[in-house]
This record gives sequence, C-alpha cells and structure tokens, in this order.
Amino acid sequence: MIQDLVVYVAYIVYAIAVLMTFGTLLTWVERKQSAVMQDRIGANRAYVRLPFTQIKLIWLGLFHGIADGLKLMTKEDWRPKTYDWYAYAVAPWVCFVPVLLVFAVIPFGGLMVPAKLFPSLAGFFGDRAYPMQIARLDAGILIVFAFGGMTIIGAMLAGWSSYNKFSMLGALRAGSQMISYELVMGLTVLGLILIYGTVDLTTIVQEQSGTLLGFLPAWGVFHQPFAATLFMAAAIAENKRIPFDLPEAESELISGFYTEYSAMKMGLFMFAEFIEIAIIGALFTTLFLGGCNLPYMSDAGFAFPGGSVLPMSHGAVVVTQLVVFLAKVMLICSFQILIRWSLPRFRYDQVLKFAWKFMFPLALMNLVVTAVLAWMATSP
Amino acid sequence: MKPYPRKVYWNEPTMGWWERAYLFEILRGLGITSAVFLRNMWKWVTFRKGALTTYYPEETRWDYAPANRGKHVLTQRPDGRPQCVACNMCATVCPAKVIEIDAGFDPADAAHPKFPIRFEIDYSRCVFCGLCVEACPEDAIRMAKEVPGLPRYDRGQMWIGMEELLTWNPQKDVAKPYPTGGTRAEKRGSH
Repeated sequence: MIQDLVVYVAYIVYAIAVLMTFGTLLTWVERKQSAVMQDRIGANRAYVRLPFTQIKLIWLGLFHGIADGLKLMTKEDWRPKTYDWYAYAVAPWVCFVPVLLVFAVIPFGGLMVPAKLFPSLAGFFGDRAYPMQIARLDAGILIVFAFGGMTIIGAMLAGWSSYNKFSMLGALRAGSQMISYELVMGLTVLGLILIYGTVDLTTIVQEQSGTLLGFLPAWGVFHQPFAATLFMAAAIAENKRIPFDLPEAESELISGFYTEYSAMKMGLFMFAEFIEIAIIGALFTTLFLGGCNLPYMSDAGFAFPGGSVLPMSHGAVVVTQLVVFLAKVMLICSFQILIRWSLPRFRYDQVLKFAWKFMFPLALMNLVVTAVLAWMATSP
Repeated sequence: MKPYPRKVYWNEPTMGWWERAYLFEILRGLGITSAVFLRNMWKWVTFRKGALTTYYPEETRWDYAPANRGKHVLTQRPDGRPQCVACNMCATVCPAKVIEIDAGFDPADAAHPKFPIRFEIDYSRCVFCGLCVEACPEDAIRMAKEVPGLPRYDRGQMWIGMEELLTWNPQKDVAKPYPTGGTRAEKRGSH
C-alpha cells in the first residue's frame, strides 16, 4: 500500500507541476504566437538580472509570466462593498479548483512498472504496475464533465456577489452560454463512447493504439472527425475565449463577471482560463488524438508496417509516452491560441443560435449516424 | 408619405451556403493566419527578423523620412564656441517651453558679449515643431534628421545639454564669413 502512495504522490506532483507550468508558459506562448502572427516581436523586456552582475537574462521574454504573477500578487486587493463578501472571496477558487481536478482522471502516459524503471527498487515495488493516471475511475468522462461543469458556478458566484451590473450581465451570459455548449460537448463525446463502448479514459486511450485501414493511426479524430471539430468549438466556448468570450466582452461589459476583481483574485480567473486551455488540450488529446500513443508504437517499442522492429527499454517507452502526450497537448494549445487570434467575437444572440440551431443538430446527427454505423458493424 | 428614397451605393453582401456553413471560411481564415505565422517563424528560426516592428531603443527604423527633424544642433563659430547669443528668442517662441538658457557676459568679445552658459532642451516635452530654428536670428540652432536617443527610466534624464548639442553633429555656420587671422583666443592674447 505504501508503494501505491509513493507512486500516486509522484503522479500528483507531476500533474500539478505540468499544469502550473502550462498555465505560466501559455501566457508567454499566447503573447509570442500572437506577435509572430501579426508581424510583431512580442514580449521581450522582462529580465532576470544575475545578482552582483549586469548580466540580464531575457530569454525571449520568457520571464513575463513571472513578472505578471509578481505584479498581481503585490497589487492592492481592492474589494467592492458587496453584501456577500464570502461568495465574492470564494468564487475565484470555485473557478480554479475544478479545472485542476479534471486532470486527475486524464491518463498522461501508458503503463508504468516501477520495478523495471528502477531495478534497485524492485524489492520494494515487486511486480506492481500502474497506469499513468492519478485516479483510474470507471466513470472517467463523466467525472470530466462533472468537474468541467462546476467552473460555471464560480463564474455565476463571481457575477452575483460582485454587486455590479456588468458582472451580473457577464454571469448571466456565462451561465446560458456554458450550459448550452456543455450539452453540445456531451453529445459529441457520446459518439466516441458508442464506438469504444466505455467511458473509462484509460480504455479509450488503449483502444486508440494500432492502426485504421492499415495506415492511419486509430485515433478518435479519424473515427469521428466531425465530432472532433464540434468538440473543439464547444470546448473553446466552454473556456469563454475569444470567438465566444461573451461573458467577458471587454467592449461591452468591461471584463464581465470578474470586473470587480483585482490583484490575485483576478489573477486566479486568468490562471484558470489558461490552465483550462491545457486541460482542453489534454482532453482533446485523450479522446481524439490517441493520448500518449504514437502510430506503430506499443509498450515494447516501434513495429513499423515494413516489418522492421525497434525495441525500446521500459524507461524509454515511459519517457516517450510522457513526451508525446505533452507535445500533443502543446500542439492543441497552440491551435486554440491560433483560433483566438484569428476569429472575431460573435454577437451574443449569434452565440446561442450557433449552439442550439447549428451545433446541437449537427451533434445529434453525428450521434445518429454513429449509432447506425455501430449497430451495423456489431449486428451479424 | 413615402420615406425619402435613399440612394443605394453598394450591393448588400449576401452569404451563400459556403459562408453560412462557418467551418470552411473559418478554416480559410485560420489558413491565412497560420501561413503568416509559419512564414515569420521560419524567418526567426533561420536567424532573420520576422517582424515589421523594431526593438526600439536598440534599433531605430530605417525609413525615417529625409525631411524628418528630430534632434537639435547648436552651430559653432570657427573657433568652436556656440554661435548662440543667448537672446532667448527660441525659448520664447517654443510652444512647449522646453528650452532653458542661462546667459553669461563676456566683455572681451565686443561683437558677441552675451553667450550661453547653459543651454538645455527637455526632449520629454519637445514637440519637434522647429519654431526655435525659425526664430533664431543667428542661425545658431538647427535640427537634423536623427532622433534623440529618448528612452530613459526617468524624465529628468531626458534633458540634452549644450555639450552634446554642440558636439554630436558639429556644424559650422558657413553662411556668415568670419574675419580670418586667428581664433578669438589668439586675438585676446594679442591685445
């Protein structure tokens, strides 16, 4: 049992480190990527001066995220005269914590056997094997949706308790928008559940190893390209980022439901948003891009279709899987930032019309077609 | 009564099924932006500059107009002293009131007994209108194409004094012939 504790504590530390790193790094990636997209240079001024020297490390502006964090932490924590200061204080955390919790059920690697990884500890670990996932729950996807749906409570609380018309309007918008898009998101994932016959994320990832039609990797995006597109759109709407950032809508609502927040409370909302980019990336990777799977790769190493085999040690496989997962997540994050800096904002009525009259029927159609195909494939 | 008929100057754009389907046009837009991204990124990773903007203080734009007038020059007499007679006309005409002159008295030079001890321009407030150049009766102040190296951490550091104004781009007033026969110092010595 103590072995389990050691492994899972290590997983939790890894997960938190990854999420925090993504949260800080993505602020930099967003700045730099948008700058390069717009023929600009981007963040390049914050520096760390080596003590007792005049050497200033700029590193392409990588320290701007740290500068932001320091600034937010040292700013005055201004509070509005609200009747419900408790809800006001707790709202950023209600937004922030569920975002972190979603990662608990996402598998970020394949199977790890500690005894093979560290031969000197073989006596301690025995022949235990752990899937690289903090909590392997049967209800994987359902947990994701349960926690994902909780962030809206934070947004509503913030808007309600700020005692401000703009916050209130932002919260109302956030509520209707997120509920609409959550529905679409659930429906798009149902198609995958039909195909794989499970809601357990580890099994879904395992099902995505191997190839489709002999050459395509058997990833969800090739099974359900339509659902993948809809899922991406709905996920960005869930995250309230720019084509769908109606709850914040600077030009109309100042900053929507967190207008009255300052200092690190406001920072928590921003941080939650950036971590959610990574979470969406991780979720999309898990459901549609085969998680930590590379094509032609199994737990023993690579086996190419030409018949050539490249065996790998267990340690190399584990590291490759971790890196592949992170690389895919980073790619999806970058894609989301590309969308955010390319598309203009919807109008509010357009957002809801888009959800209910466009994406919802499409998701239903996708589900029906998938159901019929799955039935035809299984029935004799 | 019918409303006043308005002239239609353009055709209202209508969306076909292609635009109505969102996805295709969105993909086209993403293609455009990612093409720009990849082009610029390729320039950066091959050690070229992939941006139109500049790292301002370290790097100035190459395309300043030839007629740009950004930094002042104090012209010199042949002996190297400022041509300025500290008449304060530039400081008076200056709309931003950025020129400060302290005048001194030199009885030895009968032609120009008044001269500037201190001549400073506050570039944090200068509007670069060029009125000082127009006002000067002695052609003692001119403006040149360069830009003053402005960025500082403190407004107080954005003053440029007589020393730099005389020396950063030394110009002599060639329009006014001066009697040759030695510098002023030599003359004074001969008295």
